[in-house]
Amino acid sequence: MPAVAIEDVHKSFGSVEVLKGISFSVDPSQTVAIIGRSGSGKSTLLRCINGLERFQSGRIEVAGHVVNQDPKRLRELRKDVGIVFQSYNLFPHLTVGQNIMLAPRLTKGVSKAEARALAERVLAQVGLSEKYDAYPDNLSGGQQQRVAIARSLAMQPKVMLFDEVTSALDPELTGEVLVVMERLAREGMTMLLVTHEMGFARSVAQVTVFMHQGRIWEYGPSRELFSAPRTDELRSFIKSDVK
Amino acid sequence: MNSIGSDELSFLLESTGWTLLLTAISFLAGGLIGGVIAILRLSRNRAVATVAILYIQVLQSVPVLMVLFLSYYGLALAGLELPPLLAASVSLGLYVSAYLAEIWRGSIEAVPYQQWEASASLALSPAQQYAYVVLPQAIRISLPPTVGFLVQLVKNTSIVSVVGFVELARAGQLLNNALFQPFRIFGAVAVIYFLICFPLSRLSRYLEKVFHAGRRH
Repeated sequence: MPAVAIEDVHKSFGSVEVLKGISFSVDPSQTVAIIGRSGSGKSTLLRCINGLERFQSGRIEVAGHVVNQDPKRLRELRKDVGIVFQSYNLFPHLTVGQNIMLAPRLTKGVSKAEARALAERVLAQVGLSEKYDAYPDNLSGGQQQRVAIARSLAMQPKVMLFDEVTSALDPELTGEVLVVMERLAREGMTMLLVTHEMGFARSVAQVTVFMHQGRIWEYGPSRELFSAPRTDELRSFIKSDVK
Repeated sequence: MNSIGSDELSFLLESTGWTLLLTAISFLAGGLIGGVIAILRLSRNRAVATVAILYIQVLQSVPVLMVLFLSYYGLALAGLELPPLLAASVSLGLYVSAYLAEIWRGSIEAVPYQQWEASASLALSPAQQYAYVVLPQAIRISLPPTVGFLVQLVKNTSIVSVVGFVELARAGQLLNNALFQPFRIFGAVAVIYFLICFPLSRLSRYLEKVFHAGRRH
């Protein structure tokens, strides 16, 4: 059974249709990259998967949960599906440790001691053990993003979504975040990421999806997709990235 | 006796106590109601939000003096005689609630919507989002304008003198009627108001600094 199954999803903002029938699936432990120009609908698609955006028709099933707008079911789904955003979105009034422990404590009834151990473990995973007591504003963008990943990991998700998580970072900081993500992928996390990092998509994601004008334009093993694009749109997209 | 002696001064200070008490009661009562109205105002339920909007608009569009007259003279005519302190507290409390509701609504809305998205994505319920993520940030944002409003309130309590409630401004008037020394008496009254309001204004600025300090590198 796939970890994420997307079937014929349509989504409009007003009269503008941004997703025009999207279908594909992600197997457990697979990493899938979604690439495409701004406005191609890739971020919207990702946000549909954890219910941040509604879609008009079609069906999405993720980690055994069918996506709908019932608040209670959505919360159950979100316990199993983590998301990391472009703008980190850490809670600025809480320390790094508190940021990480908040949701497990509130939504899973994890004890204080357990939560602390959990926080220390996920912080070690992203290489920031020493930042436990720091406030987000005292961290670099790359560090904040790694904390955001750790915060998601503390929920022990079955699927992780990454929404252009390095787009706000300079190349050096981008590198440190990508290292963390690559390690996660290798450890078997199921990951679906919207990205502009072509190199990363090519080397880490087993499968890449190229979206264009609200449709899946090309889909396939990353190596094939990048080395032998079949459509002009993908060819010119890849070319534009190189220069 | 036609100069300000210790009797007159203690009368002024006693009246200052009433001003402070009235401020405290109306601020606390108004704050409680205002907090609830602010959250109702932000409800996704249209009907609920509309009721809150109406409440705020009506109270902000009517002079507090009219509310005061209505609750004191109006209710008395209807057979319900409120003691001046109660009529004054109710009127000011209503006035406070409408303004604080708007200040706090603005503060809640000033918390970036990404904070709602991030906390929702971590499976928090709306109540948990408010309690642990949004309100702690909104309160910081709201403190300077809230304390600023409190300063206004201290001064605006003088309006209740019209229903015979003797607070600081009314006490000054009464003294002046007896002694006719407007400069000294109203000067003293002004100094007392200043001594209350100035520290509050400083507090407001201090809070603004403290809460920003924690959020800088």
